[in-house]
Amino acid sequence: MRIALLGFGSVGQGIVRSILAKDLDITVTGLADSRSGIIDAGGVDLAAALARKEQGEPCGDPGISPTDVVERAEYDILIEVTPTNVETAEPALGYIRGALRRGRHVVTSNKGPIALAYPELRTLAEENGVFLKYEATVCGAIPLIHAIQEGIAGNAITRICGVFNGTCNYILTRMAAEGLTYEQALAEARDLGYAEADPTYDVEGIDAGIKLVILANTVFDMDTTLDDVERTGITLLSPEALQLAEDQDCTIRLIGEIIPRVGVLRVSPRIVAKTHPLVVEGTLNAVTVETDLAGDLTFIGKGAGSTETASAVIGDLLYIQSRHVQGS
Amino acid sequence: MKLEMRDQPGQLVAALKPISAVGGNIIAVIHQREATTAAEALDVQIVLELPEGRLERLLELLREQGVNVVRIGEERLLYECTLIVIGHLMHTDLSDTVNQIDRTGSSEVTELSMVMPAISSPSSARITIRSTTRAEMKRAIQILRAVAEQKELLIIEPLEDA
Repeated sequence: MRIALLGFGSVGQGIVRSILAKDLDITVTGLADSRSGIIDAGGVDLAAALARKEQGEPCGDPGISPTDVVERAEYDILIEVTPTNVETAEPALGYIRGALRRGRHVVTSNKGPIALAYPELRTLAEENGVFLKYEATVCGAIPLIHAIQEGIAGNAITRICGVFNGTCNYILTRMAAEGLTYEQALAEARDLGYAEADPTYDVEGIDAGIKLVILANTVFDMDTTLDDVERTGITLLSPEALQLAEDQDCTIRLIGEIIPRVGVLRVSPRIVAKTHPLVVEGTLNAVTVETDLAGDLTFIGKGAGSTETASAVIGDLLYIQSRHVQGS
Repeated sequence: MKLEMRDQPGQLVAALKPISAVGGNIIAVIHQREATTAAEALDVQIVLELPEGRLERLLELLREQGVNVVRIGEERLLYECTLIVIGHLMHTDLSDTVNQIDRTGSSEVTELSMVMPAISSPSSARITIRSTTRAEMKRAIQILRAVAEQKELLIIEPLEDA
């Protein structure tokens, strides 16, 4: 199976390391980071490209752009793992459209295009008879979308609620455990690399909100945008509030909630009993899916990280391989 | 309520039937033979929810079935919800916030614990509200949400079953 890989940051490198470490029968015929690209029908030397990247050099030829890889490389599946842009979804959206129009399958970890343009991309994929897979966009390593679409197919889902953002969960865990203020816990999360220099995207619930939009639009065929999500972040939480919750054997978590029947999309801090399965520690994610046949199902796992996100991408890749790619 | 009925087959069902007939919801039935009870009578305690104004009709129906109502203990505020509120609670007139809920007549703030770390910094409070029905509880939380928006308070609601 031949793949082209766009994006050679944390997730891209995680994918390449997994391909190098495992016998997955995958040949990378195109590779691009933001500054350079490689097209090689015989297979890109991944170890060498990784070594260059680790030295801080471009992975390939500065004369080859990601668009060149999308349009000219010979591949069965495009793996699109470039940085997320939640405003316009570009340039990733253009790459994905290009590959689908060429009749190539696409696997992405990029929330922007799926949150903003899923109906269009799905139609494009259907017209071209190819797959568009996006497991890695929601809760990293947790195979949530696959579980919903395949594992519990036939169930009616009455509610999905969960911890969709590991950064917020880390901050709240530390505030509860050590009585830290929000600012102190955020500083600690930054030191550990869990929070960005500008944490707005995480702590204001935007990241969690986008994941709800993706689930709503892809799993429930709703037509929502981030503006439809009722959203409250965690920046105003006080250590005293966590103590008041603790006094009643409860804690506070940032919970994303979808109730499809009434169109509720909500991200807000909530009081949760400490024995509740959604109360997970540190950067973990946890999601409960409430169904009519299967009852409640709770998934817990790592929502971010290089190899964890790569796991979701590779799962999608092998799914497509087992169903569609011929002669691989 | 505590009922007394003849100890005969079918009597318990006969006593329970009128409850659903008037739109009530049975929460628990406690059925115990007590030494003090006459041999031919049976004591049963039933915990139930009734829509407002249906109690009289229920008692009538029970009497028709030959069931004697020994005692009725009424608990109006059946539903409880605990929330946490963060913000300048005192400066935004806490008693007004509480009053807006109490004024409904069907919901009340029954408990309030507040922590005020420093004069200028926001305080945090845990508020328990009790309501007559689930719908009234929803209404009380809506009121609290509206007040919070106006007074720039953050409300943390519990994660409950859908």
